[in-house]
Amino acid sequence: MAGKPKLYYFDGRGKMESVRWLLAAAGVEFEEEFLETREQYEKLLQGGSLLFQQVPMVEIDGMKMVQTRAILSYIAAKYNLYGKDLKERALIDMYVGGTDDLMGFIIMFPFLSAEDKEKQRAVIVQKATSRYFPAYEKVLKDHGQDFLVGNNFSWADVHLLEAILMVEEKKSDVLSGFPQLQAFKARISSIPAIKKFLEPGSQRKPVPDDKYVETVRRVLRMYYDVKAN
Amino acid sequence: MSGKPKLHYFNGRGRMESIRWLLAAAGVEFEECFLETKDDLTKLQKGGSLLFQQVPMVEIDGMKMVQSRAIGNYIAAKYNLYGKDLKERALIDMYVEGITDLNELLMSHTFQPADKKEQHFATIVDKATNRYFPVYEKVLKDHGQDFLVGSRLSRADVQLLETILMAEECKPDILAKFPLLQSFKARISNIPTIKKFLQPGSQRKPPLQEKDVPKVMKIFH
Repeated sequence: MAGKPKLYYFDGRGKMESVRWLLAAAGVEFEEEFLETREQYEKLLQGGSLLFQQVPMVEIDGMKMVQTRAILSYIAAKYNLYGKDLKERALIDMYVGGTDDLMGFIIMFPFLSAEDKEKQRAVIVQKATSRYFPAYEKVLKDHGQDFLVGNNFSWADVHLLEAILMVEEKKSDVLSGFPQLQAFKARISSIPAIKKFLEPGSQRKPVPDDKYVETVRRVLRMYYDVKAN
Repeated sequence: MSGKPKLHYFNGRGRMESIRWLLAAAGVEFEECFLETKDDLTKLQKGGSLLFQQVPMVEIDGMKMVQSRAIGNYIAAKYNLYGKDLKERALIDMYVEGITDLNELLMSHTFQPADKKEQHFATIVDKATNRYFPVYEKVLKDHGQDFLVGSRLSRADVQLLETILMAEECKPDILAKFPLLQSFKARISNIPTIKKFLQPGSQRKPPLQEKDVPKVMKIFH
């Protein structure tokens, strides 16, 4: 029985944010249950809801899906954001892999010490501007189309926009050498479903703060020092 | 015109090994081009072959594919190792992602500094026997079938076997509490293409030795 998908995670971005983006881009309404306490998490664990004892978890189409990539692939395929054939899917997978790696440099940022944060900010900007953004700039330049793959809106476009905005939060002029990406950003942001998601009051989560870090540490009992990768 | 897939990586397991397993399981012959020095990597980067300047890279069907997940997805779909529909694919993806997490833990063991090795070993054993193996043991127990998903061989089976064998290299009796995984291991190992891959002389790579770590680090750093 298909109700709305239900997302189980902390009230913050983390690994669930890409799922929120994709559902929003697909125009799919979803519910959220936020983990605030250790007890909630243990209840989920004991109930057998978390295949590998981890969140994110998304209840969708009768499944309790875990593993962010699995969840995103399922949503992309279900809502026609995964290209029209194997080769387009291959391109989308490659591009999403890149933006995933880039966002991977950002995801542990809130957990770093103040000193490590400054170092990591520089790493993020360096990777974005020397490795990842040039790749996508070239893709767009080479085919001259509005979307990354197959002249059609796909998961790859949503994921890239999410990554661009996250990096801009670390350095606001980071797109200055990338005219194609600037136009891309404007274009994808104005797609109605995405425009709506970018407005205040949507389920998009803000930049993680100390309260978020505290909640995650408390719920997961994750009290060790987090080091940058 | 597409000849055999061609794999670009160093002569070792790393992130390419799962791809070797998948191709072998699918009965697909492939060629390999080994990076020996940093120059080899630089040459590939300068030639524009590496979308994000990284390997693995696989030349297949006219594409220069990078990102091991993307490559694995493509091969699995092309050779019918990805289930019959969206829901089977969802299960396969979940199982493969879990195995990949365990795989990464195992792979990173050789690179641990000496003073962290013992603790890391304990973490591996703990995660393998308390988080990951119980899941797959239960999946097999609950449906009683020979394969993890949909009653037929999929990439989930191939990758689980790969990881089981790697875990056993770490601790030979690691499957002691998992009778169904033991019979799974025997069963999947017996599939002709996989049996062949497990024999000496195949393109399967041995575990990285400590003495080879500096050489590998030099290529990438």
